[in-house]
Amino acid sequence: MTDNSYAQGPDQDGHFGMFGGRYVAETLMPLILDLNRTWQEARDDPEFWDAFHGLGRDYVGRPSPLYFAERLTRHLGGARIYFKRDELNHTGSHKINNTVGQILLAQRMGKTRIIAETGAGQHGVATATVCARFNLPCVVYMGTKDIERQAPNVFRMKLLGAEVRHVTSGSRSLKDALNEALRDWVTNVDSTFYIIGTVAGPHPYPELVREFQAIIGREAKEQLMAVEGRLPDTVVACIGGGSNAMGLFHPFLDDRTVDIIGVEAAGRGIESGEHAASITGGRPGVLHGNRTYLLQDDDGQIVEAHSISAGLDYPGIGPEHAWLADQGRVSYVSATDDEALEAFHLCSRLEGIIPALEPAHALAHVMKIAPALPDDHIICMNMCGRGDKDVFTVARTQGVDL
Amino acid sequence: MTGTRIDRRFADLAGQRRAGLAAFVTAGDPDPILSARLVAGLPGAGADIIEIGMPFTDPMADGPVIQASSQRALKAGMTLAGTIDLVRQVRRHDDDTPIVLMGYYNPIYSYGNDAFLEDAVDAGVDGLILVDLPSEEDRELCLPAVEAGLNWIRLATPTTDSKRLPDVLAHASGFVYYVSITGITGTHAATSQTIASAVDRLRRHTDLPVAVGFGIRNGEQAAGIARIADAVVVGSAFCQAVADGLDNGKGTDASIDNALTLCEAISYDVRKARA
Ligand SMILES: Cc1ncc(COP(=O)(O)O)c(C=O)c1O
Repeated sequence: MTDNSYAQGPDQDGHFGMFGGRYVAETLMPLILDLNRTWQEARDDPEFWDAFHGLGRDYVGRPSPLYFAERLTRHLGGARIYFKRDELNHTGSHKINNTVGQILLAQRMGKTRIIAETGAGQHGVATATVCARFNLPCVVYMGTKDIERQAPNVFRMKLLGAEVRHVTSGSRSLKDALNEALRDWVTNVDSTFYIIGTVAGPHPYPELVREFQAIIGREAKEQLMAVEGRLPDTVVACIGGGSNAMGLFHPFLDDRTVDIIGVEAAGRGIESGEHAASITGGRPGVLHGNRTYLLQDDDGQIVEAHSISAGLDYPGIGPEHAWLADQGRVSYVSATDDEALEAFHLCSRLEGIIPALEPAHALAHVMKIAPALPDDHIICMNMCGRGDKDVFTVARTQGVDL
Repeated sequence: MTGTRIDRRFADLAGQRRAGLAAFVTAGDPDPILSARLVAGLPGAGADIIEIGMPFTDPMADGPVIQASSQRALKAGMTLAGTIDLVRQVRRHDDDTPIVLMGYYNPIYSYGNDAFLEDAVDAGVDGLILVDLPSEEDRELCLPAVEAGLNWIRLATPTTDSKRLPDVLAHASGFVYYVSITGITGTHAATSQTIASAVDRLRRHTDLPVAVGFGIRNGEQAAGIARIADAVVVGSAFCQAVADGLDNGKGTDASIDNALTLCEAISYDVRKARA
């Protein structure tokens, strides 16, 4: 990695500094090397990107709008707040940007079966969607805890023809769904392509998912230049595994005037120990194919994460984020369940946009910093998902049974 | 005396013209005290090599049986330090049986690689099998472990093609562990015919002894492998035997007796397989 850029990584073995890598079982290794070859070729192939951008335009609905949140800006009384509206994408979140890219890679490799893990169900739905579109059988692993709290998405996946497999091991949420998907993959290596839903996993996943999501940041930059004639001062995104955040951040990494902030889920508060803030509350370790910050105990056992948002309920974070944190280029902060809920309600009432609980965490941080900033300060926040899937969870917090 | 306990044991087995039985159990399953009794009892029940699983919350290459075994051990308070201590206890009475630790990298990384290697060697560990450290990550722990005098036991699988084998075997020592299926522990077994051709292929690339495991659960299957390979690895079947002896989720003498009885039976079949 060159000294003067934050955007060059990873190296050819998938390392971002000490993070990343390929910590997988030998059975998977030849396939992962194959995937890397296919990806590196596709990356240099204009036809691949034509297909990607064509689907992005006609199927996903890109570019997503950049929206000036006028009432929220006035309410908070400080910085000008823009939303990058990836919640308007087909299927309701940024996850589809990545699944469109990966299904094209699966096709290139001649794979005949797709698997995925999901937490909030958004990645599962986005995967089931492209599988329907490309006529490939799809199996989605989902923890039973998440199946309960994201029921609408479970039904959507089934409507799309996917098989949803219930994961009852461990903490019954995203980390365990990932374990189960890896077990399936190792059993069906020849036929199966694993569409990982975030910028984690063994190399080249963190890199390729980032490249598919970086469309968010590139569009945002262009759109801000068009309306404001300059770069934003701050960009903000929530972090589960970190894909929507990396997608927004990456094109801004070398713009040193831009403050970059990732918001992790603080659950019931960092000090309660019940949170999902891997950088704020974890330390480096190795899980799911890469070295990164992890929530773990003194013995290196992985600790269950806690968040009201199923999509942030993961005890790790993509390795590039771990590296950017250590470099000091990106600041990682956190927002609690309660703060996210407050942001959820405020955004719904002021802007007529019901956000997913994941970006509600990003918004919670925007609410903390915007009032003290001058009115010529531009914040761009990734509104990476819509809240339809979360109405049950939010109703429950109000004692309403839908 | 040359080489490690593993080298000596395989030389011994070759002299007896029979395959060895490698028995896998999880450290701390069903609880640390019963686990120490089980491990100490394995050589007497016919195990030639002991593989001790280091319990981990997220055993990505393991099926439900070993997952449950790992969970029981963790719930009973097992740690990596406890696993090393278990080896130390067994070594007080047994200085010959090779002991291999098998598991996932994170607990070791958390313990500190240097401290772990020092303590493992000191306790009498002979070799390591790390599921999630492929040859691409050899600098991480493999090279330091070899430097520290431990055997690095490499997993080879049906997907490890001939092009890749030289890299995979580059720093291997002790023996090579052939994973007979693409999949997780405790599911089906491959046919002896496919295993035989895979073992032949391995032997063309290495002089190390070859052990075969994954999916072998009874004496008959074990005997089939014992005619082909230098050692047979049985794991899930022992962990299931421990589980079968649980009473209300708690380990009992039956957990230990079940596993040791099964070990005797499989060992009997392994020993007479080539007779
Ligand atoms: C709307 C939304 N945002 C964010 C996330 C978190 O993932 P990531 O951090 O990879 O963007 C999810 C995951 O399910 C999601 O559905």
